[in-house]
Amino acid sequence: MPHSTTEKQSLEKLATGIPGYDELSHGGLPKGRTTLLGGTAGSGKTIFAVQFLVEGITRHNEGGVFVTFEESPEDIRKNVGGFGWDIAAWEKAGRWVFVDASPQPGDGTIVTGDFDLTALVTRIERAAKKIGAQRVSVDSLGALFTQIQDDALLRREMHRLSAALKDHGLTTVMTAERTKEYGDISRFGIEEFVADNVTILRNVLSEEKRRRTVEILKYRGSNHQEGEYPFTVLSERGLVALPLSAIQLKQKSSVVRVTSGNPELDAMCGGGFFRDSIILLSGATGTGKTLVTTQFIEGGAKKGERGLLFEFEESREQLFRNATGWGTDFERMEKEGMLKVVCEYPEVSSLESHLLRMKDLIDEFKPSRIAIDSLSALERVAPVKGFREFVISLTSFIKHQETVGLFTATTPTLVGGTSVTEAHISTLTDSIILLRYVELRGEMHRGLMVLKMRGSPHNKAIREFTIDGTGMHIGEPFRDVSGILAGNVHQVRPAGVIHGQL
Amino acid sequence: MERYVLRLFVAGQTQSSLQARHNLDRICADHLKGKCDITVTDIFEDSDLAEAPKVLATPTLIKEWPAPLRRIIGDLSDTQKVLAALSLIPPAPAT
Repeated sequence: MPHSTTEKQSLEKLATGIPGYDELSHGGLPKGRTTLLGGTAGSGKTIFAVQFLVEGITRHNEGGVFVTFEESPEDIRKNVGGFGWDIAAWEKAGRWVFVDASPQPGDGTIVTGDFDLTALVTRIERAAKKIGAQRVSVDSLGALFTQIQDDALLRREMHRLSAALKDHGLTTVMTAERTKEYGDISRFGIEEFVADNVTILRNVLSEEKRRRTVEILKYRGSNHQEGEYPFTVLSERGLVALPLSAIQLKQKSSVVRVTSGNPELDAMCGGGFFRDSIILLSGATGTGKTLVTTQFIEGGAKKGERGLLFEFEESREQLFRNATGWGTDFERMEKEGMLKVVCEYPEVSSLESHLLRMKDLIDEFKPSRIAIDSLSALERVAPVKGFREFVISLTSFIKHQETVGLFTATTPTLVGGTSVTEAHISTLTDSIILLRYVELRGEMHRGLMVLKMRGSPHNKAIREFTIDGTGMHIGEPFRDVSGILAGNVHQVRPAGVIHGQL
Repeated sequence: MERYVLRLFVAGQTQSSLQARHNLDRICADHLKGKCDITVTDIFEDSDLAEAPKVLATPTLIKEWPAPLRRIIGDLSDTQKVLAALSLIPPAPAT
C-alpha cells in the first residue's frame, strides 16, 4: 500500500474521550480509518470500544454504530451502565445503533458452499447511514472467527469491510483477542489488513500485582508516544490512561519560598521550602515524620495556605490525637476549611486509582500545600516500575498547581539506612530531609539533616532535635561524632569541630 | 410430509446468490415434493429484515419450520449437507 509522507501533516483525528490516550496518540484515532485494538480477555477492549462511541455522541455530535459479535446488546447496555453511559437513551435519540451479530443459543452454523459477509457489511453500512454515524466499533473479531470457522474467508471479508468503512469515511475501532500479553498482535492474522494502526491493551501480572497498560504499536502517518503506559478503569469515567513521561518535563520552578512550619528548619533550608518543590522526608518509625508533616500543614494554615493531607499509615483518630498532643488542632482547621485530611488504606485500590483520586481531590480542594504520609505505604500496592511512574506523575501534577509537596518515606532499619522508596524516587524530588536515630553513649538521640536542597545553599550539618508537647526543636549539630548516616556512630577527635550555623 | 417454511437471504445478483436460489428450488422440488414456502429477501433491498435473525453471511437459509430452527450458510451446492440440515436424511458421520 503506498503511503506518502505528506500524510503526516494532514492526518485528521477523532478524540477517543479516553483521558490520556488522546495525548499518547496526539489527538485520537485516525479519521476514516480502522484501528485494531488487541488485548487478552478482560483487558478492557469492550470498554474502549464503547467509550469511543460515547465520546462522539456526547461531545462531538457524532452518531455511533456498535457491531457486536460476542455480547448481546442487552448485556452491553447493562455492563456499561455503571460508567454512567445510558445507551438505551442514545438509541431512542437516534445517536447509537447496534448491529447485533451475537451468537444465539443452539445456533450451530452449517456451511454448504460459497458465501461471503455481504449481509454484515450491508447492515453496518445501512445502520451508519440511518443515523448519520461517524464512528463504528466492532467487538470482537475473535467471536466472529468462532462463529464462522474459515479464517481465509474471514480475512478477505474483514478486508472488504475495512475498505467499505473507509469509503464511507467512517472511523472504526475493531477489537481482537490475544492469547498472550506479548507476541502476535492477534490470533487470526488480521493485522495484515488493518496493520496501519494498532493499539494493544494489556493486563499483566507483575511482581504479583495487576498492571493495566496501553501501548500504541503502530500509527501510520502520525507521531505518537511509544511504549506502555498505565491505565485504569474507573466507575463513572471508564478508561483513563496515564501518559506519565509525556507530561513530566514541563515544570516551571519557582523562587518563592514558603515555610516548613518550623523556623529552625526554614533556616537550615536557606529560608524555607520552594513553593513548587517536592520534599522527601525520610526516617525510621518514630523519628518524627508525622510531626514534621503536622507542623508543615499548620505552618501553612497560619499563613492562610490551605493544606491537603493524605494519610496512608495512621487512622484519622490517631492522627488527630497526635496533632493535639503537639498543640495543633486539625479538627478546627478542617472546620475552617484550611485543611482536608484523607485517610485511606493503600490496599483499597490500585496505585493508578489512588493517583486519579488524589488528582481529583487536589483539583477540587485547590490546596497550597500537600503532604503524603507515607509514600512507602503506597509502594506496597504496586510493582517498582508502576510506583516510579506514579511518583513522576504525582510530582509533576503537584508542581503544575504551584503547590509545595511533602512526601514521607519510612526507612526499614532504625539506625542509618535508606528506604526502598528513596532509592526509587530521590532523583525526582527537589529536596531531601533525613531524620535519623543516633546512638550516643548508650542513649538514643534524634538527628535531622537537609541532604539535598535543589537550587539553594543549605545547612549541611546533622543537627540534634528533640520533641516535646509543643513540637519539634532543632538544636546544635552533633559534635565529635561521625558515621550517623551509615548507622555506625563513632567518636572523632574533639579538635574537628563541625560548624552547624549558617 | 410437513410443509417447510424457509427464508433465504441473498445479496442481489451475485453468483452465489443466484446459485443458492437455483439450488433451493431444486431441493424443494426433488426432496420436499414442492411442499415448501420460500421467502427470498434481498438484503440490498431490505436490510432491516436481516436484523432480527442476525444474518451475517449471504447466502443464508433459515429453516423456520418445522422446529428446530436451523441456519445454513453458503450457496447450498452441497446437497447432502443441506438435506441433513433440513433433517431429511440423517447427518453424515463425522470423519
